[in-house]
Amino acid sequence: MRRANALVGQPIERLEDLRFVRGRGQYVDDLARNGMLHAVILRSSVGHGRFREIDVSRAKRMTGVRAVVTAADLGASIPVVPMRLQPMPEFAPFAQPVMARDKVRYVGEALAMVLADTAAIAEDAIGAIEVDIEPLPAVSNWQGALNNGALLFEDEGTNVSMKFRAVLGDAEAAFKNAPYKRRERFSTQRHTALPMEPRGVLAEWDSAQGRLTVSGAAKVLFANRRILAKQMGLSEDAIYMVEYDVGGSFGARGEFYPEDFLIPFAARHCGRPVKWTEDRREHLMTMNHARESACDVEIACDRDGTVRGLRGHAFVDMGAYMRTNGAVGARNIAQFMSGPYRVPNIDIDVLLLLTNKTPVGTYRGPGRFETDFFRERLFDMAARDLGIDQVEFRRRNLVREADMPYTLASIAPFESKDELDSGDYQVTLDRCLAEIGWAEKRTKLREANKKPADGRYHGLAVSCFIEGGAAGPKESARLVLETDGTLTVYVGSSGVGQGLETAFTQIAADAMEMPMERINKVFHGSTAYVSDGYGSYHSRSIVMGGSAILDAATKLRQVMCAEAARRLNCGAAEVVLADGRATSPDGKSVAWSELAPEPISVEGAFLNHKHTWAYGAHAAHVSVDPKTGHVSLLDYVAVENCGRMINPLTLKGQLVGAVAQGLGGTFMEHLVYDEHGQLLTGSLADYLVPTASDFPKIRGFVMESHPSPLNPLGAKGAGEGGIISVGGVISNAIADALSSFGVEPRDLPLTPSAVWQLVQDARKHSDGT
Amino acid sequence: MSVKFSVNGKTVEVEVEPRLTLADCLRHHLRLTGTHVGCEHGVCGACTVLVDDAAVRSCLMLAVQAEGAKVVTVEGLSLDEGLTPLQASFRKHHALQCGFCTPGMITTAHALLTAEPDCDADRVREVLSGNLCRCTGYISIVEAVLDARAAYKHDGKRP
Repeated sequence: MRRANALVGQPIERLEDLRFVRGRGQYVDDLARNGMLHAVILRSSVGHGRFREIDVSRAKRMTGVRAVVTAADLGASIPVVPMRLQPMPEFAPFAQPVMARDKVRYVGEALAMVLADTAAIAEDAIGAIEVDIEPLPAVSNWQGALNNGALLFEDEGTNVSMKFRAVLGDAEAAFKNAPYKRRERFSTQRHTALPMEPRGVLAEWDSAQGRLTVSGAAKVLFANRRILAKQMGLSEDAIYMVEYDVGGSFGARGEFYPEDFLIPFAARHCGRPVKWTEDRREHLMTMNHARESACDVEIACDRDGTVRGLRGHAFVDMGAYMRTNGAVGARNIAQFMSGPYRVPNIDIDVLLLLTNKTPVGTYRGPGRFETDFFRERLFDMAARDLGIDQVEFRRRNLVREADMPYTLASIAPFESKDELDSGDYQVTLDRCLAEIGWAEKRTKLREANKKPADGRYHGLAVSCFIEGGAAGPKESARLVLETDGTLTVYVGSSGVGQGLETAFTQIAADAMEMPMERINKVFHGSTAYVSDGYGSYHSRSIVMGGSAILDAATKLRQVMCAEAARRLNCGAAEVVLADGRATSPDGKSVAWSELAPEPISVEGAFLNHKHTWAYGAHAAHVSVDPKTGHVSLLDYVAVENCGRMINPLTLKGQLVGAVAQGLGGTFMEHLVYDEHGQLLTGSLADYLVPTASDFPKIRGFVMESHPSPLNPLGAKGAGEGGIISVGGVISNAIADALSSFGVEPRDLPLTPSAVWQLVQDARKHSDGT
Repeated sequence: MSVKFSVNGKTVEVEVEPRLTLADCLRHHLRLTGTHVGCEHGVCGACTVLVDDAAVRSCLMLAVQAEGAKVVTVEGLSLDEGLTPLQASFRKHHALQCGFCTPGMITTAHALLTAEPDCDADRVREVLSGNLCRCTGYISIVEAVLDARAAYKHDGKRP
C-alpha cells in the first residue's frame, strides 16, 4: 500500500502538546546546573545621557556576590551587535554596544551585570550600585529626530540611519493630470511582540576544552553562533547553541540581543554556569519594539477607480540603535504599500530615524501591518470620494491570475527584485465576503444606522493582503534510518511554538511512505544536528525545512534502494519501498531494519532565492458607541490561501492567533514614552494585550489551490497573514460605522478615548467651530 | 524559615527565605517547573496553581503563606500515561501553541469546571480573562474548556 500524501493536508493533533499540556515542556528558565550563578543586569533609567561614573564597590562586597561586570571589564573595545539582515555599511556606526560605556541612549540599556549565588542576592546588589549619568536632551519621537537638534551619535552628525525608496513605473507622469488624487497622513504606534515566555540564557564554559554551551537560543541559532564566535574570539565549532522549548517568538525572540553576549561572557569570566532570566519590566524595555511609523502618502486614480499610482514619504522610529533585523519593517513599508493590488506607478521613500527609545526589530508581519493600514484606509477614502463600492474598488485593482508572476516595486539601495508567484486573489475575497455575509449585512446595517436602536452604529469593512514567506538562501535536513527501521529527523529550522515537530513529521512520513508512529522524533534547534541551519523567520520553516526534508528523503530512498538491490539481486530502480519493507519485482523482500548494520544517515538541503506569497482577505463587523468611543467586534473573518496546506489545524491556529495579536495592536497595545525618553508602560497593567473576553468571535478559514511553483511541496509560508490586515480593516469598519459623523481614523491605536475624540473632532468640524 | 505544606498529595518541608514566592519555591526548590512565571506581578496567570482547591497566582503568594495548605500544580493534574479529558480537549481543539501559558490555563480551567461543570461560554471567558495567551487568540481555548465539561459532571473531582 502506498501511503504518499496520507498525512500532509490532514488536521493531525500536535505531538508537542503531549508534553505541554502536562507541564513537561522544558523552557530555558527550567534548567539548573550545579554551581550555577545568577545574573541580573543594571539598566539605565535615563533615556539620553552621558555616562560619567559607576561605583560598584559596595555591590562587590555583598555576601553571595561573585562578580560585578561593567563596560571596563569587556576590553578595549566593546563588542557590538551586528546586523543579521540587510547588513549595509551605512548601518554600522549605529550598531548597539553590548553594554553602555560613554553614553546611554535608551531606558533599559545595560550598564552593569551582577553575578551572584541567587537571583535575589543579585537583585539586592544591583540596588547597591551607584551610577552618575548626566542627562542630555532626548529625541523622543521621529519628528524630533529630524528637527530638535539633539543627536544620538554626535560623530555621525545625523539621526537618519538610512533612506529606502520603492520605485515602479513613473509615478511623476502618473500623477500628472490624474483625474483623481488624494493625499493623507497616517500613523501606527510603537508596540511589541510580547511572547509569554520572558527571554533567558544559560551559558556554560568548559575551560579545559575551550568550549561554550549556550542554552535558550532560539529562531536563528547558526547566525547567532557566528555573531557570538566573533565577539568572544572563539571558532564557531567551539560553541554549541541549544534551543529548548520556546514560549513564542513572533519575530522578536531569538534575535541576537546584548545579553546573548553578556551571559556567555560572564560564564567564561567566572568559570561557572551562569543563568539570566529577564523579568517582564526588563522585557518591555529591552526586547525589540516595533511598528512605530507614519506616512504622508498620495493616491492617483482614474474615475472608474483604477489605481494609477501611489507616492509619498514614510518615517520609521528605529529607537536608539540598528539591531539585527531592525531595517526589515521600514523596507517592507516601502515595498508593500501596494499589497496585492496592481499599482503600476510607485514612488515611496522611507526614512529610518533614530530616537532615544528601545531599538526596533521585526514583529510578525513587519512593515506589512503598518503599510496595509495606510493603504486600506486610503483605498476606502478614495472609493467613497469616487462613489465606488469598497468591494468593487478592490476587485478592480487586485493582481489577476493572468498577471502572475507579478513584479513588485524594486527597493533602493538593495535593487532587490521580487515578484508574486501564483494565486487567484478574487477567490479568497469572495470566500471572505460569503463567510461574513456581506451582501445581506451591507444593506441591513446601513438601514439600521439611520435609527440606531441602542445608540450603537454598525460598520463593515473588507481588505486583501499578501504575505511573503520562504526567505532563502537555504535550509538543511538530515534523515537517519535507524537499525530498527524507524526514522529520525534533524532540521536546521527552529521551533518557537508553531508546531514544527508535527508538521515536519507529517512531511517526512509521507515522503518516506511510512506511518507517523515510526518516526522517532524531529530534532531541531541545535547547531549539532545539521551542518548549517537558517532557522525560523519570514514564514520560512515549512517551505524551506520541509523541502529540505523532501530532498533528504529522496536521497535516503536512493541509498535504501541500492542497499536492497544488492540483497535482492535486482536493479535499484526496481525496488519498491513500502510498509517498512523493500521489495523486488519477483516478490522477495527485506525489512528496512535489515538494510544496514549501522544507521543510514543522509543530509538534504533546499535552496531558494524567490519568495512565496500566501494571500487572502479579512472582513470585520463592528458596532461603535459614539458617546463613549467603545467598539464591539461582532464578527471577524480571515481567509488565507497558502498554496498547499500541511496541517489545517495548526494553520488555522496561526491565522486566528495572529488576528488576535493584530486586534491588540489596533485597539490597545501601546508603548508610551514621555519627552525625556522615559518608558511609561513598563508592566502588563499598563501595556494591555487582548484577553479571553475581548474578542470572542474571530473566525479563520484556510484554503489551498495554486500551489507555489517555487518548491516541491507547493507550500507558501504562512503564519503572519492573520495580522497584516487587522489595523486597516478595523479602522475602515469604524469609519463605515461613523460615516454619518464624518469620522476618519488616521492613527492607531483606536482606544475608546481615541475613537471618542474622533467623534468630538468630527462634530466640531461639521459645526464649523 | 521552614514551611510545610502538601504538593500534589505529598507533604514537603522546605527551608525558604520569607521573601521567596510560592512560584519560585515550586519551580526552583521543588523543581516542579510545569508552573511558569510570565510577569511576576499577577497579570498573566501563567503561574496559576490550586491552593486548597482555589486557583491562585503563585507569583503573588509567598511560600511561607502556604504553611499547612494543599497545593496542586499542573503536574498534579496529570496522569503518568496519557492525557486527562481536559488535556485531551486542549490538544483536540489546538488550544495551545508555544505551551507557556498552558499550565496556568489548565489549572484555572480545572478549578472552574470542578466548581461549575455547567458554566457557559461567557463564564469561561470571564474566568480565563485573567490568563494571557499570546498565540491562540483564546477561541480554541474556550472551545476546549467547554468541550471538557462533560468529564466534570460525573464525580466533579477527577480531571
